[in-house]
Amino acid sequence: MSKLPEIFGRYPQTPQSLIAVLQDIQKEFNFLPCDALKQTAEYLSVPMSKVFSVSTFYNAFSLNPKGDRVIRVCMGTTCHIRGAGQILEQLETRLNIKSGETTPDLKFTVEVVNCVGACAMAPVVIVNEKYYGSVKVTATKKLLKGG
Amino acid sequence: MRVNKPAQLTKLRKELVAAEKKHAKKIMVCCGPGCLANGAARIVEELHKVLKKKRIKGFKVEALKETGCHGFCQQGPMVVIEPKGTFYTHVKPKDVEKIVDMSIRKDETIKRLLYDDPSNGHKIERYHDIPFYARQQRIALRNLGQIDQYKIEEYIVVGGYKALAKALTKMRPEDIVAEVTTSGLRGRGGAGFAAGRKWSTCAKAEDTPHYVICNGDEGDPGAFMDRSIMEGDPHSVLEGMVIAAFAVGAHEGYIYVREEYPLAVENLKLAIQQATEYGFLGENILGSGFDFTLKVSRGGGAFVCGESSALMKSIAGEVGEPRAKYVRSVLKGYLDKPTVLNNVESYANVPVIIDKGGKWFAGIGTKKSTGTKAFSLVGKVRNTGLIEVPMGTTLREIIYEIGGGILDDRPFKAVQTGGPSGGCLPEDKLDLPVDFDTLTEAYSMMGSGGMIVMDDQTCVVDVAKYFLAFLVEESCGKCVPCREGLFQLHGLVQKICDGQGSEEDLEKMEKLSDVIMAASLCGLGKSGPNPFISTLRYFRDEYLVHIRDKKCPAKVCRELIRFDIIDEMCDGCMACLPACAFDAITGKKKKVHVIDQDKCTKCGACKVVCTRDAIEVL
Repeated sequence: MSKLPEIFGRYPQTPQSLIAVLQDIQKEFNFLPCDALKQTAEYLSVPMSKVFSVSTFYNAFSLNPKGDRVIRVCMGTTCHIRGAGQILEQLETRLNIKSGETTPDLKFTVEVVNCVGACAMAPVVIVNEKYYGSVKVTATKKLLKGG
Repeated sequence: MRVNKPAQLTKLRKELVAAEKKHAKKIMVCCGPGCLANGAARIVEELHKVLKKKRIKGFKVEALKETGCHGFCQQGPMVVIEPKGTFYTHVKPKDVEKIVDMSIRKDETIKRLLYDDPSNGHKIERYHDIPFYARQQRIALRNLGQIDQYKIEEYIVVGGYKALAKALTKMRPEDIVAEVTTSGLRGRGGAGFAAGRKWSTCAKAEDTPHYVICNGDEGDPGAFMDRSIMEGDPHSVLEGMVIAAFAVGAHEGYIYVREEYPLAVENLKLAIQQATEYGFLGENILGSGFDFTLKVSRGGGAFVCGESSALMKSIAGEVGEPRAKYVRSVLKGYLDKPTVLNNVESYANVPVIIDKGGKWFAGIGTKKSTGTKAFSLVGKVRNTGLIEVPMGTTLREIIYEIGGGILDDRPFKAVQTGGPSGGCLPEDKLDLPVDFDTLTEAYSMMGSGGMIVMDDQTCVVDVAKYFLAFLVEESCGKCVPCREGLFQLHGLVQKICDGQGSEEDLEKMEKLSDVIMAASLCGLGKSGPNPFISTLRYFRDEYLVHIRDKKCPAKVCRELIRFDIIDEMCDGCMACLPACAFDAITGKKKKVHVIDQDKCTKCGACKVVCTRDAIEVL
């Protein structure tokens, strides 16, 4: 939590900074720890209920820790018609989790993202920040191993 | 350096142009989203390395440029060598050394890397000659692929901020509004509201302060033109916004960028910093006495935040729920103050309109939809990518002439326009001119400009289900018709996909759609049933086959198909065994394999790996 003052310092101390502050916390910790939410509420003078409703409304935020490798499967229309659903299903089966969940060993998180705007390379899978284009349904094993 | 007067800007441009002319050759590497996904960053790295090692006489490293999306994403990573416009496609890091040796040091072309015209097998050297580019007219995308996306100087070289200087020193705010009104520019975000009218209402609003906001949320799946502009030509958006701010009397503005576009956020922030240093933003812009500051606001990953009132809530740090718009946001927008909100592409058009005049712009396109429109042409089409054509170009021209026709020469089935709010148009609508009103009349819409081409292997019922699932997930939940109605509609489409639907369900769904469209609060719900309605209107037969025959003609809907191995074709190579994540295939070497239908989830992985076409879908 020692990082919090630095994050707070980046934005004006007004309720309007809420989303930006939460985004930085999410980036720092990979999720929104409860303590951090409380401190944010206090610092920005925003009721805790509002901090909570904002953190649960937006897809970018997670109240649970994420895995070391976050695998995001793009579910844009083009990716969908080019078979992204099957890729997701393979990943879910191989890791034995559903999308949005993290493996108990905190190694992998599988998520769905509704279009990352790289439609020409559909289907697209993003592992942490790295993009993989034209992914075949048979490539999931490789993706889990490390590409 | 700070530019304090228009004359100083003209002088600076002359100097920059002269410096630019010293480069005999320029290397442009496309660093658009598609090319980056295919490894363009490695090409840039390698070029730097090789150029440093070889030190070519007369070639300076500044002539190596990382540009925004060149458009022809299918061919990426791409390297263009100017001034000839030599166009290398599918470039790999190992090709870099040869490119430097042959095309930079000497003046030779590497045939192998040129674009193959699929219609006659000929190699085309210059990108201007490729049909994909030849038919386009670029206004909003004018600088993409032409300038280094990280340098303001490059933007100034191609005439950047000239329009701003003209607007601030030679025009009054009402002249600017009049010019935009004359141009006939309509909002490129999809709704097509007249920009001139929006600006003039806001300019006249008495309440203060006024705000200018750019909607860079672009949540429509299948659309990426705004992303490409924000990343590849951020200054054109900034320039358009400052002009708008001056016209409506705003001193503060925001660019709202969706969470999924981190590079756009970075490039915009850099552009804002550069523009502020040069005096195109901030206080006393170009010495005119006009102040305007601009901030980037990151979204949180919610589709509904593309809706204007939700977007403004989100900028204010709140939950992005839309409000009923009894009062338009031009009068009561951000923080309940008069606000002009336009999308990225609209703003990118503004400098050109001011520079060349509203009449010039109105002369392009159709009478009611002037100018050009950028589209992302994707799906089962041969040439996928980013294009810009005059309004009124037909769907057929776009798909067959620019897009090169359907992938693998399969039959065309439908084209989906307008994202989750739009619809699917069948073959007999291909000759429709693409403009705001024609598409709406055909029960689709322009939307932000995603154009997804589908062939006979795409099931339209499944596509409708896909969009409804998307909207169910993205509905903010504030109003009941949208929250519950779309959920029920999705459930009914799911039922049909599972082979459990009845014809009465179709009637029920049509009625339900009417209610959702009439009673929802915002555009998400109001247009939510569109994908269902348009597919039902044009592809009713396909729905009926699902219902009556329990069959999916496109062989997509899981419950209605099965995968089987054709005994005569299977040679027992065992390749499909590890491909199946569900252990549904069993077999021994050189013995015919068997699929356990209870375990098979019909993912199709086995079909992908089978080299003998031994797996059929029934």
